[in-house]
Amino acid sequence: MIEIESVSKSYGGVRVLDDVSLTIPTGGITSLIGANGAGKSTLLSVASRLLPADSGRVRVDGMDVATTPGPVLARRLAVLRQENAMSVRLTVRELVAFGRFPHSGGRLTREDSRQVDEALAWFELGPLADRHLDQLSGGQRQRAYVAMVMCQGTDHVLLDEPLNNLDMRHAVQMMRMLRGMADELERTVVLVVHDVNVASCYSDRIVAMREGQLVAEGPTSELMTPELLRKVFDVEVEVHELAGRRIGVPWS
Amino acid sequence: MTAVLTGPQRATRRRRTLLVLGVLTLAVVAAYLTVDVTGSWGYALQQRGRRLAAMAVVAVAVAVSTVLFQTVTNNRILTPEIMGFDRLFVLIQTVGVFVLGAATVTTTDPRLRFAVEVVVLIGFGAVLYRSLFGRTERDVYVLVLLGVVLGSTFTSLTLLVSRLIDPNEFLTLQDLLFASFTSVDRQMLALSAVLVALVTLGVWRLLPRLDVVALGRDTAVGLGVEHRRVVDRALLAVAVLVAVATALVGPITFLGLLVANLARQLLGTHRHAWVLPGAALLAVLALAGGQLVLEQLFGFNSSLSVMVNFVGGIVFIALLIREPRQ
Ligand SMILES: Nc1ncnc2c1ncn2[C@@H]1O[C@H](COP(=O)(O)OP(=O)(O)OP(=O)(O)O)[C@@H](O)[C@H]1O
Ligand SMILES: [Mg+2]
Repeated sequence: MIEIESVSKSYGGVRVLDDVSLTIPTGGITSLIGANGAGKSTLLSVASRLLPADSGRVRVDGMDVATTPGPVLARRLAVLRQENAMSVRLTVRELVAFGRFPHSGGRLTREDSRQVDEALAWFELGPLADRHLDQLSGGQRQRAYVAMVMCQGTDHVLLDEPLNNLDMRHAVQMMRMLRGMADELERTVVLVVHDVNVASCYSDRIVAMREGQLVAEGPTSELMTPELLRKVFDVEVEVHELAGRRIGVPWS
Repeated sequence: MTAVLTGPQRATRRRRTLLVLGVLTLAVVAAYLTVDVTGSWGYALQQRGRRLAAMAVVAVAVAVSTVLFQTVTNNRILTPEIMGFDRLFVLIQTVGVFVLGAATVTTTDPRLRFAVEVVVLIGFGAVLYRSLFGRTERDVYVLVLLGVVLGSTFTSLTLLVSRLIDPNEFLTLQDLLFASFTSVDRQMLALSAVLVALVTLGVWRLLPRLDVVALGRDTAVGLGVEHRRVVDRALLAVAVLVAVATALVGPITFLGLLVANLARQLLGTHRHAWVLPGAALLAVLALAGGQLVLEQLFGFNSSLSVMVNFVGGIVFIALLIREPRQ
């Protein structure tokens, strides 16, 4: 469970997060939606202690992220940022292996290596494992970063636009994998997505943000409405029922 | 570049590279000790041995400090020397002589004097790091420019202060400042060797975490590394090592840059457990090999730092040009 209690954050006098409170229950997928600049990444960064909040606090399974020792938290919560440029040159396998660092401290056990291989296989990175990251396509690189985060094997996973650059097949695969993690392993997944239909089809809950504030949160079926989407994105969206799923069609 | 090596192949190659470097270093060391000895062997070995020991201490100090500094600042161009650390150290020494007088400075226990100088340097390092390499990313060109400005400011201040110093005292100062491998004080050398060994041992336990810190702050924090703590310790080590190297032989600005980048290139990794020994061996090679060539071929005695800076400077410019503009 992730509890966010009246978190605020400003950059140079501009409020980017304005008294945000939110509880994300254990197990299941929560999608964070909102326009560019709404504060989604900032909220995710604060929740994963990459960014200190100006006020308020965040607790993961009851542990305050600001005070819990880094190594302890890293075995409970993993985070993928929106941008992942690195100044060192790594192979895909080296990168993914870093995901085991919270458990191995840099010395991979056989179990660690097995998990690295498993993650590589899952993201179809096997044939690319020994290539350097700068020799990959954008989508391949994105899969490598997500594989590293998954390799951390934590109960809470926060992903900022994990579907960036992915083709249709890999996007669907990734969402299925997250679904599997949530259903079978009772893991808590929070992701930022821009495609509301991905949010609609794969997540249990939706959290909508606008200008640093929460607009709405709740079960997906209740939030996938034309009214809410208009409020969040300022566009007219028709919502149709298709094979039991709610699909938004914006360009109508 | 084209052929993709597997992990084990890369590891084999790394081991081989390090081995070759080790053997080369041994060869150069042996040559330095034995080539062209005239007169008493005992005396020659003792003299050359001491010089060699000084080079080794400086080489390790410079190599380790540069690699650590580049890791915690996430770049491969800036070094403590380029940011003006070594020239600040010279300034501190000069101001020390000016304020306290040469007599006081030379009669104080060198350990105490050194400790005070290092503390000041650490303070500078902390301020510099907090203000320049904090949360926001900065353009590397701006930082280089800043380093140049800081460095020349320190140099001018040193000049200014040394003008104000009594000419007699100035001689003492010069002894302090313009040490070279040929005139290293034995007590100072022993102290430096112990310090460098202690710091390097202390750093050794940080290596796995430093590997993660090199991925960038956010990734490191995400993987549970206490970023701030690791960076603080690394900077502490850097300050001590730069002080040791500068106190022994004065500034050799580009040596660190040269060996750190060459080590990463040759070993094909950023892992500290590989890069640190590689860079240290390369530094010994550069210093001992360079000194050997200069002494034997050209009959020069103390222009090694000029040579190293010449080659290192070219590499520095090449790196700057290659660096993609952010
Ligand atoms: N380092 C920073 N300094 C100043 N302002 C910032 C900084 N980072 C973000 N902001 C501002 O904070 C606001 C929220 O940014 P945030 O990255 O959280 O948006 P987002 O919802 O993730 O948007 P996107 O969908 O484009 O990723 C934006 O208006 C942005 O300009
Ligand atoms: Mg964002």
